[in-house]
Order: sequence, then structure tokens, then C-alpha cells
Amino acid sequence: MIEFNNLNKTFENKNVLIDVSGKFTKGKCNLIIGASGTGKSVLLKTLVGLIQPDTGNILYDGRDFTKADTVLKQDIRREIGMLFQGSALFDSKTVEENVMFPLDMLTQMSKSEKQDRVNYCLQRVGLENASKLMPSQISGGMQKRVGIARAIVNNSKYLYCDEPNSGLDPQTSIRIDNLINDITHEYNITTVVVTHDMNSVLEIGEYVIFMFKGEKVWEGSKKDILDTKVKSLQDFLFANKLIREMKDHQ
Amino acid sequence: MKNFGKYLLLLVALFTRREKFKVYIRLIVEECILVGYHSIFIVVIVSTFIGAVTAVQTGYNLVSDFIPVSVIGTIVRDMTILELAPTILSIVLAGKVGSNIAGHLGTMRITEQIDALEVMGINSASFLILPKISACLIMFPMLVIISGFLSIYGGFLAGTLTGALTEEEYIMGIRLDFQSFNIWFALIKSIVFAFLISSISAYQGYFTKGGALEVGQSSTTAVTNSCIAILFADFLLAKLLL
Repeated sequence: MIEFNNLNKTFENKNVLIDVSGKFTKGKCNLIIGASGTGKSVLLKTLVGLIQPDTGNILYDGRDFTKADTVLKQDIRREIGMLFQGSALFDSKTVEENVMFPLDMLTQMSKSEKQDRVNYCLQRVGLENASKLMPSQISGGMQKRVGIARAIVNNSKYLYCDEPNSGLDPQTSIRIDNLINDITHEYNITTVVVTHDMNSVLEIGEYVIFMFKGEKVWEGSKKDILDTKVKSLQDFLFANKLIREMKDHQ
Repeated sequence: MKNFGKYLLLLVALFTRREKFKVYIRLIVEECILVGYHSIFIVVIVSTFIGAVTAVQTGYNLVSDFIPVSVIGTIVRDMTILELAPTILSIVLAGKVGSNIAGHLGTMRITEQIDALEVMGINSASFLILPKISACLIMFPMLVIISGFLSIYGGFLAGTLTGALTEEEYIMGIRLDFQSFNIWFALIKSIVFAFLISSISAYQGYFTKGGALEVGQSSTTAVTNSCIAILFADFLLAKLLL
């Protein structure tokens, strides 16, 4: 479980996170949604330690990440897997080498054990035939799947995904969403997804928090999000004219 | 001053939370190939022509009959060892190696590859920059030695082929009043310049913000700053050691 309390972050006198608190539970797909520039990615980067919050704390299964010494922080980070918006694959390494990289760096596994684990993860994301290709030789959707394989290869307890569907077609997006959802339940991990894709919200949003101007203004599940009375969330959800007309029709 | 402080903190970060030693060995070897082997062509071309031009221009300026032509060899030798091989070569390598380091790290930064390393719990500064600096420290002195030989040989070819002096006169010139400390001075300079080029370029690349345009700017700044640092250090070392 990931718990964060009263997180605040300011960049050059601009409040990007304002008193944000929440709890992401294990075995669920937790979503952070909101329009562009509302602080979603800053919250995600704060949770993984890429950005230091001004105030507030972050607890990983009770371990305070914000006050942790270097060793504990490193231990916690090694339990985190992250899929970046642009996949962030190492472009000088093959698909297989990218997925093997965390095992090379962080484990004492033998070469055959590492190879077996990489093969399993690539198979899990449906890329067993692309192992020898370079990231530049595969599509955006495939790169995302390699990113997921790399994120889970080290048996991560926490999986973060920063806009996993950005730049992908609707069908590939749904495939990525389902993959993230399946992995979350299969390995019982805590997954946090930052997105502004409504399809993702309705597909996998077991727990959703909505960010608006740096604040968390709503939390709930995909079941009750469409009945929200929060104006800013309504504007976000029904920005599309067609969806608005369908809602009015209902 | 803020940037200088940030630069010093980055250097400190290289030696904290280091990875396993064998990881660095592999990375250093890879970087040595990039820095050394891939620079040999430019080193051969630049060094040979620098020596050749020095010999021709020295010959052109020798107008007095009281100065023996073998002095051409002596001047080519001293200029090569003291200045041309270590300094000019380092400025050329600042353009090639420095921009490569800044461009590589800058691209890794804007494509979130550095963030990916950090999230994994890997000290990205140490993992990415330490091998590059180590490789430059190993390869630069070797390149300077190669450059010195080729420059003197270039002078020999130019001098003898143009008829400015004979082979014996050139060899006599390069053996005249030879001071072995000059070799050490050139090697010390190459090590200092290697550190400056690699660390300044790494700093510029590592802290790149923005997109492709900023990566280009980081590379340009890395080369400019490296060249300025080389010239300052060159003057300082000459003052301190000669």
C-alpha cells in the first residue's frame, strides 16, 4: 500500500501540489486523472522520489520514503517499477537487454535464471519474438509493452505508469490497459496509473483520484465517477460533445 | 557560482552509492572504444598536418643564414610536445568527444532514461558519467602520445619532401637539447584536459532541460566551456610546471 499525506510542492512561486493526500491499495489499479497541467505527473514523480515534496510524507507499506536514509530509499526504489510516458527504453540496448537490465544491476541471479525471467516477462507482454530488436525498430505500443516488461521483471511491488496510452491508437490503448490490469491482479501489486484517457478510467479505474489545479478534488471508483456532482470533474468527463449529448439523453 | 557549485556536487555524486565494480569495467571498456578507437582517424589527420604545417612555416621564417635548418626539427618537436599535441588535440577532442558526451546524456535526460535509472535505485550520475570520465583519463594520454609521434613525423615528411632540410638534419634537430620532462608535462596536461572535457560536457548533458533544441545547445555549450577551461588550465599549468 502507498499512502501519501499533505503533499505540497511549489515551483517558482507556483503551487503545483496543494495538500494532496490519498491511499493506493494493493492489488488494485489506482488512477490519477485530470487535465494537462493539473499536477498529475508531478504527483507521480513525487511519489517515486524524482521530485522532493516541500512538505508532507509518503509511506510505502508503512516505511516513510520522504524521511528514509539513502539505503532505505534505495531499497524502496528497487521495489518500484515504472512505465514512462515515452517508454524511456535504453536506445543502445536491445529489447531483451532492456528487460534484463534491472536484473543485471539489482540481483545476484545467474545468467540462465535471468534469461528465463526475461523470456517469461517478454512472453507475458506478448513480445517473445521481438527480443533481439532495438527499441527504434519497434512500434510505440510495443515499446510500452517492453517498458511494462522491464517494470515487472524484478518482481516489483509497486507499478507506476505515466500516461501509458499517450500516442497510441484506441485498440492498442485498451490492450495496454488490460495488460496493466491483468498484471496488477495476477501479481497482487499496487499499481498507480496517471492518465487523462477516459477509456482507461472506465476500463481499469478501481480507485480514481481527480486532480484540479494542484488539488485532489474527487476520489472514488469508475462506478460512481459518471454520477459526480463536482463541476470541474464533470467538465473533464464530459468535455466531448458526443458524450455530453449521450449523458443528457440518459 | 551556482552552476559551479552544482558541478562540484555532481562530481561528489559520482562517488556515492556506486554500483558493482565489474559493471564499471564493462562500461569503461565500451567508453574507451568510443573515446579512443573512434577518435584515431581525426587524431591521425589533425596531428600529421599540424606537424607538417609547423615544419613548413618554421622553414619559411628561417631567413638568417646563421640559423641552421635543423632548428626546424627542434621547433616542431618542442611545439608538438609542449603545446600542439596536448592542447590543440584536446580542443579538437572537446569538439568530438565533448559534444558526444553532452549529446548522449542530454538525450537520455529528455527521453527520461536517466529518470528510469533513478527510479530503479541506480545512481545515474555515477553509472553514466564515471565510466566516461575514466575512459577519457585513460585514452587521452594515449591519443596525445600518438599525436606527438604523428606530428613530428608530419614535420619530417613536410620538411624533407619540400626540400627545406634533409632527413639527417631533421633527426639531428629533434634530438637537440631534448628534455624528457616535456613529455611528462604533455601527459599531465592531457590528463587535466581529459578530466575537464569529460566532466564539463557530462555536466552540461546531465542537466539538460527541454527538448531536442536544448540538447543541441547543451552540446554547443559543452564544447565552448571545455575549450575555455582548456585554455585557462593550459596557462595555469605552464605557469606552475615550467
